[in-house]
Amino acid sequence: MREFVKTHRLFALYTVLVLLIIFVALAAPMLAPQDPYSGDMKAVFLPPSAEHWLGTDKLGRDMFSRLIYGTSTSLFMTICLVFLTAGLGATVGIVSGYFGGKVEMVLMRFADMMLSFPGVVLAIAIAGIMGGSIVNTILALVAVSWAKYARLVRSLVIKLRSNDFIVAAQVNGTRPAMILWRHIVPNVLPMVVITGAMDIGTMMMEIAGLSFLGFGAQPPTPEWGLMLNEGRQYIQTAPLMMVYPGLAIFIVVSVFNLWGDALRDVLDPRQS
Amino acid sequence: MLKKVLPRLLQMLITVVGVSFLTFSLTYLAPGDPAMMLLEAGDTIVSQETIDQTRKELGLDKPFLVQYGNWAVHALQGDMGISYSAKKPVTEKLAEGFAGTLLLAAVTIVFILLISIPLGIFSAVHQNKPVDYIVRFFSFVGVSMPSFWVGLILLYVFGLKLGLFPIASAEINAKGIILPAITLAIYQSAKYTRQVRTVILEELHQDYVVGARARGLSEQVILWKHILPNAVLPLITLLGMSIGWLLGGVAVIEMVFSWPGIGNMAVRAITMRDYPLIEGFVLWISIVYMLINFLVDVSYNFLDPKLRKEAQA
Repeated sequence: MREFVKTHRLFALYTVLVLLIIFVALAAPMLAPQDPYSGDMKAVFLPPSAEHWLGTDKLGRDMFSRLIYGTSTSLFMTICLVFLTAGLGATVGIVSGYFGGKVEMVLMRFADMMLSFPGVVLAIAIAGIMGGSIVNTILALVAVSWAKYARLVRSLVIKLRSNDFIVAAQVNGTRPAMILWRHIVPNVLPMVVITGAMDIGTMMMEIAGLSFLGFGAQPPTPEWGLMLNEGRQYIQTAPLMMVYPGLAIFIVVSVFNLWGDALRDVLDPRQS
Repeated sequence: MLKKVLPRLLQMLITVVGVSFLTFSLTYLAPGDPAMMLLEAGDTIVSQETIDQTRKELGLDKPFLVQYGNWAVHALQGDMGISYSAKKPVTEKLAEGFAGTLLLAAVTIVFILLISIPLGIFSAVHQNKPVDYIVRFFSFVGVSMPSFWVGLILLYVFGLKLGLFPIASAEINAKGIILPAITLAIYQSAKYTRQVRTVILEELHQDYVVGARARGLSEQVILWKHILPNAVLPLITLLGMSIGWLLGGVAVIEMVFSWPGIGNMAVRAITMRDYPLIEGFVLWISIVYMLINFLVDVSYNFLDPKLRKEAQA
């Protein structure tokens, strides 16, 4: 452990920062000084003070508490999105890469279709038509993002398939499900994890963007993209309202981007 | 040449059909009666007979697949129906919005090239020197900032506080395009600078560069005469991807600056559940996006001497 930290100093540092963000997200109810939902119409747009560190919003809710709770919302949505996207994409990739044939052709045509199209446009349409909500946003973004993982994993599996240890397992009569689980999955997992980790920042930004447009989290949820949109409407009277949520997105996205790059260097030093 | 192009065109056709089918199914499943939305004009109350009549005229009483088929046949002929909210043909609305987006994209590309190419080259040539770190730092910051936030801040500082630029543009105008273009360029050039740097660095480590140095050529000559011509191809591909993104994914920025573009129009169409307009938008963007990627690939065949010979043979 000590040896690992010594050789991967930056990665260790970024991991600590990531853990800190996760801690803030999990401990939001304890860390937030006030209830993020309870407003006070007599105390709207208060400037920062000892009681309200970052002031209050248009309904007199404590901005600092809402930002802290926003960490949970954003992180929770992003983690769901990354896991579902990587999971779905990897499954499609493994199945089509290992079994080949018609299944592969159909699935890959489908993946090509998704890749030859600006995903965000379709995600906006899907989330917008289905109605803005946290679940719909995640589903819409999964629908347009899985194809990259499917392509990647499929190409890895095709390379693996002809390896001796796989052929040996097949000759031994190992069931296909067992081969996939025991031999294929562990071998493609590192690449999936690296790609997923490097995508966290982008996905977080896409979620915030959809919420900003009004097709994601709905009021009164404390979500950074949505808070930015609320702040936008009061840009003249209370410009600080739109500064904080953007800053929060920027910091968290930076940390995850740095961490993703560092993780890649640790797991796959050839690529850097 | 034809052998390469045909499968591509077929794949494009499949994609267009697939994407339009997906959007069509979504609007079909979504709540709301299109006939009623088309008829609703403010305070008039519409009788059930009129609604039924309109449903028949629009073919809404037919099964789903027939409806999609009708829509697709009409779309092929350039008729994508009538927008509910504007009561105008969808094609007309799309053309209006696309003009704004195209102009914004063009100005943004100029900014991206002016920023990224010099910075990318500069930072690659001075790899691991202080300038390189500074450029890399700024490009990292640029990618990690949400572009709509950057837009809002620019809008606040230069539009509201300094009053240098309009805070909203009802129609296309030269002054209003600057801020949205800069906002988009900040994010895209941050990405593109990195890519330029990587491409140049890769070339710098090629044998021919070592050879040129050994022959005593100056670094300037090596850079301009040898490295840059080789780097053009990958840079065009990457730029092609940026153009596609600019044409499709800029809804948020257009909304922030109320720029009259196609993305802004689409967001409004979605909030107003203007289904024909949404369908038309998705179809149009998918076609444009794929055409650009296609053109980038075709340009390869002309720019790369190796492929050019192959194409002639």
